[in-house]
This record gives sequence, C-alpha cells and structure tokens, in this order.
Amino acid sequence: MGNRKRKYESGAATSYVTRNQALKKLQLTLADFRRLCILKGVYPHEPRHRKKVGKGSTLPKTYYFLKDIQFLLHEPIVGKFREFKAFVKKLKKAVAKKEHGDARRIRRNKPKYKLDHIVRERYPSFIDALRDLDDCLSMCFLFATFPQTKKTRFEGIHLCQRITVEFQHYIIASRSLRKVFISVKGIYYQVEVMGQTITWVAPHKLGYQHPTDVDYRIMATFVEFYTTMLGFINFRLYHTLGLHYPPKLALEGLGGKDSDLCSKSELWQERLAALTQVLENVMPKTDDVEDVEMDQFPAGDGDDPDRLEEARVEAEKLKQFQKLFGSLKFFLNREVPRETLSFIIRAFGGQVSWFETVAVGATYDEADETITHQIVDRPNVEKKYLSRYYIQPQWVFDSVNARKLLPVKDYFPDEVLPPHLSPFVEETEGEYVPPEKQKLLSGNTDETAEQSEEEIEEEEEEEDEEDEEEKGESSEEEDTVERLYSQKRRKVDTTQTNGGEGKDKEKGRKGKMAVVRGTAEKDDAEARLRQQQMEERKLAEMMIPKKKKQLYKKIMFGRKRKVQEAKKLKEKRETYDKEQKAQKKAQKKRKTSV
Amino acid sequence: MKRQCCVPMPNKKVEQPSDKTELFVDAPPDGSEGSDSDSTDSEESVYSGLEEEEDTSNASEEESDNEEAAVEDSDEDSVPPAEEAKPTRQGKAKGGKSKVKKPSKQSQPSGSLENTAGDTHAASTSQSGADEYEYDSSDEEDIRNTVGNIPMEWYREFEHIGYDLLGKKIIKPEQGDELDEFVNRMDNPDYWRTVRDRLTNQKVVLSDKDVQLIQRFRRGKTVDPSTDPYAPWVDTFTSEVMIHPVTNRPEHKRSFIPSLWEKQEVGRIVHAMKMGWIKPKPPTEDEEDDEPKFYNLWENENESEINKRFNQHIPAPKMRLPGHAESYNPPPEYLFTEEEELAWKAKEPEERKINFIPKKFSSFRLITAYPRFCNERFERCLDLYLCPRQRKMRMNVDPEDLIPKLPKPKDLQPFPSTQALVYRGHAGMVRCISVSPDGQWLVSGSDDSTLKFWEVATARCLKTLHVGGVVKDIAWNPNVTLSLVAAIVDCDLLVLNAGLGDKLIVSNTDNILSSHTPTEENSDAGNKLPVHWHTADGKKWKEGHRVKVTHPKALSQVTWHGKGDYLAVVMPQADSMSVLIHQLSRQRTQNPFRKPKGLVQRVLFHPLRPFLFVATQRYVRVYNLLKQELVKKLQTNCKWVSSMAVHPGGDNVIIGSYDCRLGWFDLDLSTKPYQVLRHHKKAIRQVCYHKTYPLFASASDDGTVIVCHGRVYNDLLQNPLIVPVKVLRGHTMTSDLGVLDCKFHPTQPWVFSSGSDHTIRLFT
Repeated sequence: MGNRKRKYESGAATSYVTRNQALKKLQLTLADFRRLCILKGVYPHEPRHRKKVGKGSTLPKTYYFLKDIQFLLHEPIVGKFREFKAFVKKLKKAVAKKEHGDARRIRRNKPKYKLDHIVRERYPSFIDALRDLDDCLSMCFLFATFPQTKKTRFEGIHLCQRITVEFQHYIIASRSLRKVFISVKGIYYQVEVMGQTITWVAPHKLGYQHPTDVDYRIMATFVEFYTTMLGFINFRLYHTLGLHYPPKLALEGLGGKDSDLCSKSELWQERLAALTQVLENVMPKTDDVEDVEMDQFPAGDGDDPDRLEEARVEAEKLKQFQKLFGSLKFFLNREVPRETLSFIIRAFGGQVSWFETVAVGATYDEADETITHQIVDRPNVEKKYLSRYYIQPQWVFDSVNARKLLPVKDYFPDEVLPPHLSPFVEETEGEYVPPEKQKLLSGNTDETAEQSEEEIEEEEEEEDEEDEEEKGESSEEEDTVERLYSQKRRKVDTTQTNGGEGKDKEKGRKGKMAVVRGTAEKDDAEARLRQQQMEERKLAEMMIPKKKKQLYKKIMFGRKRKVQEAKKLKEKRETYDKEQKAQKKAQKKRKTSV
Repeated sequence: MKRQCCVPMPNKKVEQPSDKTELFVDAPPDGSEGSDSDSTDSEESVYSGLEEEEDTSNASEEESDNEEAAVEDSDEDSVPPAEEAKPTRQGKAKGGKSKVKKPSKQSQPSGSLENTAGDTHAASTSQSGADEYEYDSSDEEDIRNTVGNIPMEWYREFEHIGYDLLGKKIIKPEQGDELDEFVNRMDNPDYWRTVRDRLTNQKVVLSDKDVQLIQRFRRGKTVDPSTDPYAPWVDTFTSEVMIHPVTNRPEHKRSFIPSLWEKQEVGRIVHAMKMGWIKPKPPTEDEEDDEPKFYNLWENENESEINKRFNQHIPAPKMRLPGHAESYNPPPEYLFTEEEELAWKAKEPEERKINFIPKKFSSFRLITAYPRFCNERFERCLDLYLCPRQRKMRMNVDPEDLIPKLPKPKDLQPFPSTQALVYRGHAGMVRCISVSPDGQWLVSGSDDSTLKFWEVATARCLKTLHVGGVVKDIAWNPNVTLSLVAAIVDCDLLVLNAGLGDKLIVSNTDNILSSHTPTEENSDAGNKLPVHWHTADGKKWKEGHRVKVTHPKALSQVTWHGKGDYLAVVMPQADSMSVLIHQLSRQRTQNPFRKPKGLVQRVLFHPLRPFLFVATQRYVRVYNLLKQELVKKLQTNCKWVSSMAVHPGGDNVIIGSYDCRLGWFDLDLSTKPYQVLRHHKKAIRQVCYHKTYPLFASASDDGTVIVCHGRVYNDLLQNPLIVPVKVLRGHTMTSDLGVLDCKFHPTQPWVFSSGSDHTIRLFT
C-alpha cells in the first residue's frame, strides 16, 4: 500500500505562499519586505485556481511564489536592513545622551549596501536590462526635475540628473532617437537601442506642486534601484560606442562667459547637460570607417535578393532619417524649452545654440549668418534676419515624426499650428484616422499638392458663393437667367413642387374616380441582397451554442463600440469643419462688404 | 453710585500741590478702630513714608494719575469684606468735593490699575495707626467683630452688627439720615477721606499717609516713598579679574614635570600603533560613496544564469502609449464637448477611459503643468510591485469561427418565407387552428365562441358555428375518408361534421357515425366514468353537430389517433382522469392512468406505434398502450412545457416551453434533449412538424413564427440536422400575446399561424 495522498500537499497549494506567511518566513517587517520586493523585483502572482491555492478558501489574498520567497531568504541585503535598524537605534541613543563624539563615529560607520549584484541577478543579459528600461527612464527623468525640498529630499536626485544627461548623450552619439511627442502630460521620447524600442516620458519643465497623496519613500526605493541599473547600462552603452564613460567633452575649454552663469564646481556638469558638444572617443575614429562597414554588411549574406534589397533600402532610409537635421543650424530663443529641443536637434545631427546669457553651453550667437532656423515661440519677433526661417518648436517634433523636413510655411510664428499627432498610434482597419494623418499617409504633403487643394477649396467656395447669390436673386425676381450648374438643383426643386401640387389635386378630387399614374417601385437588388445576408447571419447566430455565445457577444460588442467611436469622431470632425467653413465665409463677406 | 463718586476723590487731592497733603499729615484718623494687626512691614512703610514726604509728592506730581471709579468697582467684587471696609468709610467721609472730582474723572482717561490686594494693604496700614495693641492677635486682621467672613447684610435687620471678643453685641452706631449726610458732606472738610468700616459700621478718617499710600499703590510705585528705584548701583563684589593671585603660594613641582601616567598611556598607544594593533582611521569615503562606481556589469554574459525562476518571470506590461487625444495640440474632434466633459467628471476615476481631459494649447510655450504626473508615476510603481501578475493568453478569436458551419437556408428550400394570405373574420383571438387532411379546408376556434371554416386557397369563410363558449382546441380527423372535426368547448368535446368538400365523404361520415349508434348504448352501461355521450339532432344536426361528450371538468386539449377512430383529451384538473381516450366508433371512453403523474399539459399519439406521449410540466412520459407500461421518461430541462410535437417518423419529439426554449429529443439517443434552441424572446406557445417536408415551426408570444429545417436521417449514426431557415413576422402583439397556434399544410411547405390579433395568416 502506497502512501496515502492528502489534499493540498502537492501541486499549486504548495507552490504559493501568502504575504503573511512570507513575512513570517523572512522575519521582516512589512515595510522592509516591500522594499526588498521592489529592489529584487519580486511581485505577487495570481494563481490560476484560487481555491486550490487557498486550501479551500477563496478569500482575496496576495500570493507569492514560494520559490521567490526562498530566493529572498538568501539575499545579503536583508542582513543590511537589520544592521541599519541597529545603527538607527545606536545613533538615537547616542544623540539622546548628547555623546556627540560617539554619534559621529556611529554615523561614520553607517551600514551601506550596493545593488550591483541585484541588477546582474535581475537582468542576466544586457538585452534584458534594455527591455525593462521604460519605467526606469521615466522615473529617473521625473526625479531629475525634482528640487531638493523638505518633501523630496533624496540623495538620488543629483545622480538622476547626471545619468539621464549621460543617457541623452548616448542617444545623441548613437543617433537612436525615433519618435517624439508633446503631450499634455509631458514629452514622450522613443528610441531604438540595440533593437529594443524604449519609450519614456519626461515631465514638462514647469513648476510642479508636489502631491501629498504620494509616498515618496516608495518612489525613492525604485529610483535607488533604477539609478544603479541605468548607470551600469550607460557604462556599457558608452563602451559599445567607444566613448569615455565618465563622459568627456571633446573640446574642454570653451566660452569664457559661461563661468559667470554658475559656480565653478558645477560648470563642467552644466556644460555636459547642455548637450551641445560632442563627446570624446577613446580611440580617434574617422567617419569613413563607419560607412565602409555599413556597406559590407548586406553583401555578406544572401538568401533572398528581394528581401535584401528591401533591407538595404530600409537601412538607407534610416540613415537619411538619422541625419535629418544634419545640415541645419538652429538657434533657440529664450522662451523655447531648451533642454528638450537641443536634445532632439542634436540627436538628428543638427547644431544648436542659444543666447549666451540664457544658459551654459551656447556655441554661437544669434548674429551668426549660417543659422538656418531660429525657433521662436512668441507671436512677433522684432529683429529678423532674412537668411533664416523663423519657426515654432512644433516643426521640429512634426518633422521627426514625419521622418522628413516638413514645409516650414505652416509653422511660422503667429501661424495657427496644424494639429500635433501622436506618432505612436497605428490605426487598424475600421479605426478612425484623423484627416491630417490621412494626408500624411497618402504622401500628399508636397507644397504643390497642398496648393492645388487649397485652390480647389477656394474654387468650391466661390461656387458656393455664387450659388448663394443666385438664390438671392431668384428670390427677388422669379424668372432670371438660369446657369448651367444650377440647373440640376432647379429641376429637382420643380419636380418636388409638382409632386406637392399633385397631391393637393388628389385631395381636391377625392370621391371622384380617377386614374393616377402609378410609380414604379424601385427594386434595389443590392439592398435586398444585403438584407438577406443580414437575415441569414442572424439565423446563423441563433445556432451558436450557449458556451460560445457569450464570447461571440463580447467580440461583437467590442467591434460595434469601436465602429461607433470612430463614427462619433468623424461626425464631430465634420461639424467642426462645417463651422470653420462658415466662419471663413462670414469673414470673407465682411471683408468684401468693407 | 456714591461709591463710584467717592473713590476718585483722593486723586483729586493729589493733583493739587503736594503741600496740601502735608496739611493732613498730622490729622489724627478718627475712625481708626480698624487696626491692622497683621503686618509689621506695613507699619515700617508708613514710617518711612513719613520720613520722605517730599519725594513722594514729587513722584506723584510727575506721574499722571489715572485712577477712576472702575477700580473701586473691582475692589468691591474681589476684596474680602474685612478690607472692603475702607471704601465705605471713604464714601461716608465724602464731602462736597464729590462734585469737583467729577470733571477730574472725566479728564483722566481710564487706565490700568494696580491690584486690589495692594490697595487693601495700604488701607490697612491706616487703621494700624489708631491703637494697635488693643487686640494682640497678629494672625487675624480684625477681630473686634467676631462674626467672621460673612456677608454683612445678614445683620441689616438687627440693631447689632456682630459680637466682640467677649461675646457682647456690638451695637450699630448711629447713622444719620440723608440730611445729616448732606450736612456732613458740606461742612466736614474731611468728608472725602472718611470711609466706613464695614465690620463695625464706624467712620474712619484716612490719614494723609494712608491717602498717599493708596495713591502710590495705584500708580504702581513702591509703597514706600523713601525707596529710590534709580539709586546708583553699588558693586559689592568686583567683576574685574585681578592679575595677581590671591594667594602667593609657589607652584607645585609636579606642575612642571610631565605626567608619568600620561607618558605610560601615550607609550602604550605608540606601541600599539607600532605593532599594528591600532590602525589609522580609514579616509572618509563620503565623496566616493556618493558617486556610485559603475563598471561593466555584463562582462561575461555568456554563462547562462537563466534558471527556472526566469522562466516563470512574467514581465510587467508596458505603459500604454499616448494617442492623439493626449497631444498638446490635438485635432479638434478629440476635444471634449461640454456634455462629454461632464460625463467624464461624473465617472469614477477607475471607470474613465482616459485619465485626463484633452486640452488644446495654441503654442508650446502655453502648456501648463500636468498636476497628476507624479501620481501617475507613483501608481505605476505600485502596480509594478503590488499588483498580482498572471500570464493570460489573449483570445484571438475570429467571431466567424464561432458560428457553427451549417448549410445555408437558401440550399434548404422549400420553406415558407412570405406571408401569402390573411384570414380575417374572428372577433376574438384565435386560439387554435387545424387543417383538413387533404389541405383544402381550415378550421379555427376563437375566443368569440365561434368556429369558422375557411377555404385555404381563397381565405373565404365558408361557415361559422356558434358553440357557446371559448374554443380551446380543435383537431381535424386525420382520416381522409372522414370529414370530422373535434373541438373543445369548456367541459365538452364536440365532434362535428365539417360538411365541406366531397359530398360522398360527408354522407359517408354520417353513415359511419349513425351505424355505430346502437352499440354505443351497450357499452355505456358498463362505463363507470362520469362522461356522457350525446348525439345531436334537429337543428344542431343540421349545423353539423354530431356527437357531444360532456366531461366533469374543463378540457384543454384534444388529439386524434392516426387512424381517426380514437381521440385523446386532456382534463388537467381531474386528478386521476386527466387523460381520457374516447373511441368514436363505439362511443366508449377509457381512462388509461389510475394515478396522476403531475399536471398534464399535452398528450399525443405516436404516428406509427401504439404509444402515447404524455407531457407534464417537466417530463414527457412515453407509454405503451398495448402493454400498459412506461417506455421512456424524457427530461425536458425546462420549467414548464407548453407544447409538444412528434416527428412523423416517430423517433423525434420537439418540446416548446414557456421559458422560451425549444428542445429536440431523439428518442433513440437519450432521454435528454439532443439540442435546445433559444430562438424566441418570449414563451413558446406551439410547435409543429410538417408531415412530409423536413420542417418544423415554433410559434411564440414575441409575435414570430420560426421555421427550422429539421432533417432526420435514416442512418442511425447521423444526428439530425437542425437549421433555422426563416423568421416569419406578421402578427401584431396584443395584450402580451403574439402567435397562439401554428400548423403546417399537410402537403405544401406552407404554414398557418393564428394570433391574438384575431387573424390567421398563411405563409408560403
């Protein structure tokens, strides 16, 4: 006779533990446990069968994998946590006794821990780490904007500022920025590093009120880990490009006036953060080498010539895209967000500068005749140079998203900007596509095309106006000269009126026998077919077994909702367009009348 | 009132030159029985005051005296009675100067005053001047009157005012009336400084010193005018440090010799350092530690550290990327209208589709800070470490795949698809219809208590019979050689000769019925059932009535056996006789069941075999009539069976129920439904099979008749094919009832339906 098999002694019931069990096992307080979970990346699991795991109860509990907890058990940081607790006790005691010497000594021996091994453990390969970089970057960029206040006093803020700047430098050096988007929340950036798409959001650099319903300690713990991780990633990334890791600027001593803007100790940091200068390579490199390498790659493998060709075209396009602002020289006015724009422009090979008095790192001044674009965000500029375009900052963003230099005409200062569309949306079949995007997709952005469109529009408008005029005339004098294009409408009108009269006559003649010409019933074959198909579908739906009916209903509901949403948006747009047109017309009329 | 007036009087005096006060110095206080036994220091102060008269006067001049009546008020309230005596005395002593004082009071604005205790102190000193040794008790203030600390009003009614130490009554002194008081005020120059001792009720004239004391006290000066607050400071112990020692003793030798103990201690430390026991303090690594050191962490990446844990790892889903609506300058259609914004605000934050209100900024410069940015990052953090994760397979199902693959209705023709004829004429809802076996005639029974015979092809009503009751059910005899119709009116079963069509058949039917009449009586004798057979005659015979069978309870259904001789009726309320079988040819009635098995809804004969189907609320039982046994019990899985039909092959049964289900039973397969169809939205009233075509139909309260293709294969292995082919609409809903009955044409793929809208419709 074998061993008796009991319930809940194997399987799912043994592979999960509840949070309280885990705490008991680890001998930690809840706060410490949570901290540990954040650092080690341990998260609760939702078991597939709650009842089995809960040994019969289905109470809402948090379950962790037993393996995860056992894995935490050996973590050296747990020991450090306990040491830290003892340290706090000792320090408190010393301070309370006013033994300042002891307190100093104890403080000096504050237990410290490093997270290096945890980073390695959580991300065994570098690509894993890159894949998980989204939240890391978002948090670091957020913390980099924090001031050191009573509420937000972390050691990490300065480090965050440093490593985010380093990361941006890498992006610039590797030309891996792909998409940018200004949202109401912040600015989204999407980069492609080693084949991984990484998206992060940085808040607008404005005065934020720090919310009170946020636990900054938790965020600080996350940032503690993220800074370590991003630092190591930066190191590795710099090495792949052959740059010095604590980054070095290629040209050290530049701009004597910079020193007036900030203290000497911060000058170097500020200059680095300006993003205007190139970093120094470990080995001096020439540009030709790169090109040759790029050319040799596609020649190496040959499976499918078509695909190869495609890939080469794609690569060529990408290269073009990376040099989008290559030949351009920008100048930023002081009201423009400098960090964002300089990052984007530099990431696409452009040169950028600003007034020397605004910030450290300006490389040339406004009077430079070679400047091609000046980015301005105010309605009127007093002093204009003829040799350059004055544009609004959205042009930079839209050009990057369109992957080409858009015509600057729509972006002149004091111009009503075209809508800024999200580059992250890829509309599927049946979804609503805003007309601006449709235009972009169809490649109809050439100036000539636009012009022609506008002309057409104008013509239409004119026609409309004429029509209206005509109406006015006709109302005044019944018989006026008919024009060709209004004939049709007229005809329709007359037929309608005739019909009405006929009815009246019929009413009058009621009672008398009369032969009225019958109207031929229209036989809309298509509509009939459609109806028949609908009917058939309904009948077929009836036969869906009960088991699948719910699923089917859900899917159909979702589809219907999508269609409805698209329709709603479309209607909204149409009404808006109509209003705009009416306004335009009214304005024109006013002008002409004046 | 008096008091208020009198109190400022002293001030008045003081304002005048100080020599005037001197006038009163030696004036003896007359009413000075009020000795103040307590304080020796107060006496001193009095004396000292005498010594330095000049000073005080000066001081009094210097200071503007702001006392007023209010102070006295406060005195009254707070000062214990023994001491309050003075103000009263004062009041008494008040002379005609009260008038003079008034303006002064006005001229001096009210200011802060000294504490009342001080005041009383001063007053007490004045009393001490009288005779201080009359009472030697120094503890108590005033024990001439022994009543103690009680309100003196209690003695108001009495002649005496208290008791002295020996227990004798102290008689109240004579008190003049108002006139005396007035005279006194006018004549007595000391009136203003006369106060009444409350304890003894005697007048006391305050001495000059007393007055001065009170004044000084009130101004917040030292009571003793002799003290000089600004006297030069005499430094008794010098604060200067002398350069020479106080003692002239020479230094000890050991102060010149280095300490041996210290030397030993230092030596020990030096030795320890030499031996390496004490190490120099490590350099503070604060700066280094602040800047974490980064190195190539993934140097030897090749070694596989991917273990089982990583296989189970569920990566957190990435944040959703922003759509067009989140843009700072979105296309206009993404902006909220006012209603949308209200709706957005009314929703709970969890229910909102997007967690922000789309906004349009005309330029980049004008963007405002998004206040929830930090919160959103925080929520993301919480999600990352607190949210339980589960790997979920995304259902990527094409809804087309969920629809079962069935032949198209087009390929399953013929079936009724359009409404061809409407039979109008009834005035009530048409509960039941029946088609003649040759398909030429239709009979209908209605709530207007009539039976109508229709010609199918023309929708003409040929005959109307008034039967005097609601016709519940009607059935045409399936035998082609007979033209008989059975109808149910309340408790009666009527058998009628339709009298339509072939005259030969009509007369033949009559003959058959009449030929059997004699036998009927014989059989009737032995019948115990309370069922009576009547044959019609006279007028009724002419109308078509042939036989009438009366039952004890109301009937609900009638059905013919395939051969047309037997018919079964359902009498739901009669327990043991709920199903009865009549034989027409012998006019005999049988009761097949002794015990009721539930509320019988329907009965049907098997088309081929001697079986009887009996549908109760939830079950259908199949009985073998020959063997008199239960063959099968079908579980319908529905709440209440409304109707039943048997396939002409006899192996399949469909059940309609009031809970909208239609169940198809294959008798060979199981006792549970082979398929349940939930086509209808409301209760199913009737189901029926077509005799020749593979069709069946169901009529429901939702006003539709659904025709389905139901093919039964001879091959036992192949399951029946059921495909709904057409939803027939036409009947209108009245009083929550739709289609009440439906019947197929016996030969054509047509279906008749009768509804609560008083019509019968033919769909072809």
